[in-house]
Amino acid sequence: MGQIFAYITYKGGVADDSALELVAAAKKIDAGASVTAVVAGSGTDCDAVCNDVAASYSDVWKIDSDLMAYPNAEVIRKALVNILPGDSIVLVPHDTFGMDLSPGLSIKMDSAFVADAVDFEGIDGDNLKIVRQEYGGAVSTHITCNIASGAVINVRPGAFQPDESKSAGGSVVDKSGDAGDLTVGRKYLEIVEAEVGDVDITKSEVLVSIGRGIEDEDNIEVAQELADAMGADVSCSRPIVDSKWLEKSRQVGTSGQTVKPKVYMAMGISGSFQHLGGIKGNPFMVAVNKNPKAPIFQVADVGVVADILEFMPELTEKISEG
Amino acid sequence: MNMEILVCVKRVPDTAENEIEVNSDGTDIERDDLVYSVNEWDNYAVEEAIQIVDKVGGSVTVVTVGDDESEEVLRREMAMGANNGLLLSDDAFNGSDGKGIATILKAAAEKGNYDLIMTGAQADAGAGQVGGMMAAMMDLPYASLVNKIEVIDDKKLKVGREIEGGNQEMNEIDMPCVLSIQTGINEPRYVGIRGIRKVASVEIPVQGASDLGVDAGAVGAAGADVKLVDYFVPELGEGAEMLEGSTEEIIGKLIEYLKAKGGLK
Amino acid sequence: MEPVLIAPSNFFIGFFPTVIISFLLPVVGVGLFTYIMAKRIAPLVKAAPDYRFDHIPSRVMNVLKIWLAQWRQPRYMVAGVLHIIIFFGFLALAIRSTSLVIIGLKEGFVLPGMDGTLGHIYNIIKDYAATGVLIACILAAYRRGVLRPERYDVPEKYGHDHTGEAVFVLGVIATLMITESLFEASYVAAQVQKGVPPEFLAPLTLVWFLKYIILNASIDTLQVLHIASYYIHDFTFFFFLCFLPLGKHFHVITSFFNVFFMRVKKGNIKPVKHGVSDEELDDLESFGVKKLEDFTWKHILDFYSCADCGRCSDQCPANAVSRPLSPRFISIKGRDKVFNNYPLNGPFLKSRPLIGDIYEEDEIWSCTTCGACEEECPLGIEYIDKIVDLRRGMVDEGMVPQSLQKPLSAVEKRGNPWGKMEKKRADWAKDKEFAETCSVKVLEKGATADVLYFVDSISSFDDRMQGIAQATARVLTAAGVDFGVLGKAEKDSGNEIRRFGEEMLFQDLKGQNTDAIMDSGASRIVTADPHAYNALKNDYNGLPPVEHISQVVTRSIKDGSLRLGRIEDESKVYTYHDPCYLGRHNGLYEDPREALNAIEGIRTVEMLKSRDRSFCCGGGGLMLFYEPEEEERMGVLRANMAADAGANVIVTACPFCLVNMEDAIKVAGLEGKMEAIDLVELIDRHIVK
Repeated sequence: MGQIFAYITYKGGVADDSALELVAAAKKIDAGASVTAVVAGSGTDCDAVCNDVAASYSDVWKIDSDLMAYPNAEVIRKALVNILPGDSIVLVPHDTFGMDLSPGLSIKMDSAFVADAVDFEGIDGDNLKIVRQEYGGAVSTHITCNIASGAVINVRPGAFQPDESKSAGGSVVDKSGDAGDLTVGRKYLEIVEAEVGDVDITKSEVLVSIGRGIEDEDNIEVAQELADAMGADVSCSRPIVDSKWLEKSRQVGTSGQTVKPKVYMAMGISGSFQHLGGIKGNPFMVAVNKNPKAPIFQVADVGVVADILEFMPELTEKISEG
Repeated sequence: MNMEILVCVKRVPDTAENEIEVNSDGTDIERDDLVYSVNEWDNYAVEEAIQIVDKVGGSVTVVTVGDDESEEVLRREMAMGANNGLLLSDDAFNGSDGKGIATILKAAAEKGNYDLIMTGAQADAGAGQVGGMMAAMMDLPYASLVNKIEVIDDKKLKVGREIEGGNQEMNEIDMPCVLSIQTGINEPRYVGIRGIRKVASVEIPVQGASDLGVDAGAVGAAGADVKLVDYFVPELGEGAEMLEGSTEEIIGKLIEYLKAKGGLK
Repeated sequence: MEPVLIAPSNFFIGFFPTVIISFLLPVVGVGLFTYIMAKRIAPLVKAAPDYRFDHIPSRVMNVLKIWLAQWRQPRYMVAGVLHIIIFFGFLALAIRSTSLVIIGLKEGFVLPGMDGTLGHIYNIIKDYAATGVLIACILAAYRRGVLRPERYDVPEKYGHDHTGEAVFVLGVIATLMITESLFEASYVAAQVQKGVPPEFLAPLTLVWFLKYIILNASIDTLQVLHIASYYIHDFTFFFFLCFLPLGKHFHVITSFFNVFFMRVKKGNIKPVKHGVSDEELDDLESFGVKKLEDFTWKHILDFYSCADCGRCSDQCPANAVSRPLSPRFISIKGRDKVFNNYPLNGPFLKSRPLIGDIYEEDEIWSCTTCGACEEECPLGIEYIDKIVDLRRGMVDEGMVPQSLQKPLSAVEKRGNPWGKMEKKRADWAKDKEFAETCSVKVLEKGATADVLYFVDSISSFDDRMQGIAQATARVLTAAGVDFGVLGKAEKDSGNEIRRFGEEMLFQDLKGQNTDAIMDSGASRIVTADPHAYNALKNDYNGLPPVEHISQVVTRSIKDGSLRLGRIEDESKVYTYHDPCYLGRHNGLYEDPREALNAIEGIRTVEMLKSRDRSFCCGGGGLMLFYEPEEEERMGVLRANMAADAGANVIVTACPFCLVNMEDAIKVAGLEGKMEAIDLVELIDRHIVK
């Protein structure tokens, strides 16, 4: 098996949670392997991240280039192709960057590619056994991936618990010189930030979050009343924003906001991983849903099978009384 | 100006109208009662392509790798406004993994002279890989999760990508290029039964491995690096403590918990 | 006998004989009128065909009732009475007006037969008529100009206010009355002055008052008044005639025809194009109304006939909740567009798409097809078919709101807008608790029954509405009816599918359902869903007779096969909400009430807006999925109407009404004070074995 590399994504000089999740993922593939972190970027931010993750990885390969001041997947892919050994196992978080980078990377490295892996179940000859999901998480699959010529594997953020042991303690190696010609056909321009709404849910301590179970825009009032009674803010899942019932700034999820509340009330939310991916810090989660089989009940602390349109007003009343 | 656009589409089970379950021997999902339609992301891509061509001229070709049944999605997209359809079908294609599909589509793309190739950001398998692979195979620039496209001139596009936090990453990308399209980029037009009947007898050419010059060993089950072992539903763990009793009792218990966890102010 | 004043036919201004004016005015007037009418008829010729020559006896009845007897006018009492006076006044004065024109050419002219007693009687009638019309005009002008009732208001986006034009025309009519009376009064005053026995003037009429006012004027003054009033009248008359086709008073001319051609059958939707059968639909180039000429000639005649009275919009529930729809302005904007594209002067303009020009997408999607507008219109203007045709046009162009695309695709694939699996359509009958007390035959694999219970989608799949299906099954069983359901062979009836413009999908559903129904061998169909009732009865053909469950209940109570007990809760006050598709569209107002009142001791009240004035709950079928722009929900207004009537239970006879009312009660904060229940459920609870 080739060397295992973990691609580190970061923002503002701080490594993403996935950095330590990939340590755990790599260990699951091969408990004894030494894993190399790859940090691409530019300047002090890049350095800071290298130092940050060095404790968890056998070594850190730094690729520093002005063209990577913003993580442009096209540029980084070229560098990785030149720097990484051909049969490497490259682990990348399955986030918007990973989706951009990895499929093309696997082709250029003549390796296999698996997206959105949620678990590994060992190696059998040339095949790595991987667990994935399909149909929006409705079913799971066991697959095998031939890693003889290497593989690029995107790992679902949050699928593995971050390995905080910091038991590796590697050194930072500067591989920038091997990056090669980085001319690409795509140029980064700028970030257009999402409109800031009236409420910043990323700072909320208690959230009353609504999903499709709210059924109608007019019912959002009911959730707001509960939130008011609890001293909480209202947030939501993607379908609510797609229907334009609430602004994007209220959306909790991988393509929305990341929240870290103490208490999270999931009302009428089924519990798709993209939604859950936006909840960090392991809050006390209460789930209310009409469907007893809703996946949310797997991750919540407390669950109630009920129609939120009936349950929420009653809860609001009792809270207001007491 | 003039833009020749190729949009890769896929026929998938309609998740909204289906209950997806694993079949009795775990080899696939239960397909007996499924209804199918075009992959939602691909539909957004076709709508975007049609809108671009409406503005700057050119044509939209929709292509899919499949069998006779896949033709219906090509026809639906043509009823929507795509000018041409192309079906890539061959027994040798069965069992292809993502790279195999990308290889087949690439062969078809190279036979044309396309300025822009689009795929949906992901499909039923949730991999989102074919577009990126095609770009790399064809040495074309790539951008994924595109939620905005502006034609700058006949050589460049300005595209926005949906990234974390609801933000949008703006890029300039050279043509020809490959883009994978995110939902919400536009509001796809409705295709009624009438529209579909109008294109019911339009000719859709079919091409196989030899027409495309694709090596059978590089595609299909034979050429796949990634293979399916089985489908399953994971055992449910402990999960949440389900509160039982009358609504009053449940609410009482819940309020106790909330007070303890700091959920009430 | 020598005339006391010189008649207009013999008068001279200097050397100029005014008889020339008497000749020219009619010639120019009629000529100009003809020219204008030709321009107005042009778009009718270019418009789509419409077949309106069937059911002649019904059409004649409509003319007698709605046009002549002004049957709908008193629904708005004050305006109605004023209009009736003006209308009958005009009719009565028709003879006088005609004679007056000719009097200008030939002094003392009377129409044949009008010289004797008949003429005298007529003179009295016409004098009261003119007086009545003048008083009505003054009151009307005061109402329009000072009181300004809300329904005449013109929202900014629709342009300038119409009060000026309204008051102007009232002024014109008043002028006609005054000058006609003055012409006569001046003559009679002169008779009195000259000692000639004066003509009899009916007391307290306008002419009678005028005579007294001018009695002592000099003969010269009287002569001037006589001639001046004549020619002012003549001029105003022909001015008015040519003015009529230029605005809302066109209805004076077109109303007779518009009422004659108005729809005689209710509840159904017009075919995509008259003359094109369902089988030929595939060959049509274009569906629906996209530009002006796609409307049928009757619909364009409707635009001409709109009197801008605002009654339609006043009754429109969409308008009441501030959706972007006001039926009145569908007509006014349509009319103005026709006038604009077919100007009196200049070439006809090429038509552009209406959506995005005079109509907006949301405006057209906002309509629930409740029919309140058509029920109200005193001129027989139709709205639903126009809205449906505009929607057909939008669907053809792919302009369907995202919120409707999913349910439409679900109906296409699964036969119901929720996309639930076909095989689960009859699962409501298999519910354990229910199945223990009632068994339901599924008519498949050769099973037959006398009566087919057509459940339709919402009652089959919605958790709450399955209650209606179950209650209906129990009621039918208790009444001894041999019935069955189609199960998975049943598809959505398609009532809203058609009304939202997806005609071909509707045709598909119709074909599949018709086959399934005929295969079942049932000789009668019963349904508890008024939308299904309407579609099966009015839009499908060749089916066995269709009934609503309330009709079955009422009949069964009468013949003793069903017995109801005493009301369980004596304290509750019930009010019946007429569903649009049972009431207005199909005239079933009494059966549900009889069924309700068959429950001994039940306390009922009627809401102010009931029967054909019932206020739509918000709409059914696809309308449940549409996301309108509105300030309030229709259901909330309706729940408040029930509360205002003193009720605490709203009884509906439609699953969509029930969904909307239950939701509305929550949103309106009336939980605990108001509840909603379906008629069948209520009946079911009170069955005595």
